[in-house]
Amino acid sequence: MNSYPATRANRGLDVVVSGTASDSHTWNLLYLQLFLTERGHRVVNVGACVPDRLLVAECRRHGPQLIVLSSVNGHGFTDGARVIGPLRRVPELAGTAIVIGGKLGTGDQDGERAIGELLALGFDAVFHRPDSMAPFEAFLGSLPEPVTVPC
Amino acid sequence: MLGPESFGGFVAEASRAGELVVQPRMGFGTPELMRAGLVAVKHAAATTAGTITLDSYTRVGDHAAARAALDTGADLNGYPIVTHDTATTRAVLRDVHDPSFPVQVRHGAAGPEDIVHALVRAGLSATEGGPVSYCLPYSRIPLRESVRSWARCCEFLAALRGPGVEPHLETFGGCLMGQLCPPSMLVALSVLEGLFFRQHGLRSISLSYAQQTSAAQDREALGALDKLAGSLLSGTEWHIVLYTYMGVHPKTRGGARLLLEQAAALAASTGAARLIVKTVSEAHRIPTIAENVEALEAAATAARSAPRPEAGRPAGDTEVYAEARALLDRVLDLHEDVGRAVVAAFERGFLDVPFCLHPDNPGRATSYLGPGGRLHWLEVGSLPIGPPGRAGRRPRMTAEGLLSSLSYLARTFDEAAREAGSRP
Repeated sequence: MNSYPATRANRGLDVVVSGTASDSHTWNLLYLQLFLTERGHRVVNVGACVPDRLLVAECRRHGPQLIVLSSVNGHGFTDGARVIGPLRRVPELAGTAIVIGGKLGTGDQDGERAIGELLALGFDAVFHRPDSMAPFEAFLGSLPEPVTVPC
Repeated sequence: MLGPESFGGFVAEASRAGELVVQPRMGFGTPELMRAGLVAVKHAAATTAGTITLDSYTRVGDHAAARAALDTGADLNGYPIVTHDTATTRAVLRDVHDPSFPVQVRHGAAGPEDIVHALVRAGLSATEGGPVSYCLPYSRIPLRESVRSWARCCEFLAALRGPGVEPHLETFGGCLMGQLCPPSMLVALSVLEGLFFRQHGLRSISLSYAQQTSAAQDREALGALDKLAGSLLSGTEWHIVLYTYMGVHPKTRGGARLLLEQAAALAASTGAARLIVKTVSEAHRIPTIAENVEALEAAATAARSAPRPEAGRPAGDTEVYAEARALLDRVLDLHEDVGRAVVAAFERGFLDVPFCLHPDNPGRATSYLGPGGRLHWLEVGSLPIGPPGRAGRRPRMTAEGLLSSLSYLARTFDEAAREAGSRP
């Protein structure tokens, strides 16, 4: 587990960044970690190939305001659809925003229907286009800052 | 019943005939597509070896998820060799896999026992990976556990040796992380995994190295790998396999083609015997069979017109060689059992892979991409190599900087292709 606490900021979110169960890619996770810490958020990077149970346990342990799942191996739709239920059933994460992004299918086009499905299953946002960082940043801006900062 | 089978022997024979063996990274979920892919690769106008690349569920041992995907027709990004029954896989291979067309199974599993057993049941004896290279970047299992699993797999494969069968194992250590790992670490890990395979009974081994971001540095690395393997693996059949760049790929067809051609020329001119290709659609999706065949043929053509290696071994007095040698000497000195030596080396920081998030990686060594594309150490942590030079700019890693480094080669080759295209 690579915890990577940013220098203590007065504002900013506690974020868990994680790969999906079957995805071994980590460059996307490292990029997201840097992207978020540079914007004053505190990131726990759970890493690659995170089994559903471990992801749920890590999220419960850290109690983040935001969970970012990233997948680029083409199994993102399937893995995301499977893990969102267990995450949503954790009472401690009732107020947590959960998003998924990356290259979620194996084809040229990630189906709009599959995206609708992920949203219906409980994701707050799906970032599946190559130019998703601007919408992701806008989404970050839309999230309320935590009232108290854990020390 | 195993047919005559010697992956290493096939490559050696092609090499003696002056032919570079080219191989795709192809894998499909259904037996029909997988067989069609193998048939097309076999009949490509090139000296080819076949590949069955497995899906991500099988890699992580989640065979229930692979089963569910097959049952529901969901996407699979490779062939689930453990989930398909043996008869199905044998039917995929029937009259395709033969002495003129060896087939290698490519996976990415830190604990590959199920996979190795399944491929042997199907009549195959060649695969790839390694206890470090398939553990650190691709899994969460402890390195120690991966070492034990790979030792058992090596011994199981080695026991197949008999008349007409010479099991073959390829190291993935030279491809670790795909990009931004200094070549000396790649060379050292490739050799260490080769030594590990030999210690556990393999007599036919290939050593991988993945094309990085500087052709000159890659040449040094391949020279270093050749020299180190020559001195440490004597008495074993071995060859070098080069991987076409595995990082972020050029977006344009022209850029991707130029990159592939450069890899083919690099392989041919350094004496690598085999090349793993990438296709023009790599940046966008999982390539089709036709795109794979096109890439194999383009690589073979480029290799044929490249200059041959000069006689004699390449010079070893390069920075890459000196660092790789220092890493190997320090690690091999820790224990005569290569697996134990490697585990101890990671514990002490004598081996340390930049950007690797695995809990058993020390994570103190860092690297960066220099202006000309050469990869440098930024911090060496406890690595047994000199501190990095203080000359020039020493960048601080930012999200933008990381993205820019990751896409450096894609950008370079896309631009080169555009310029070539706009020339009168």
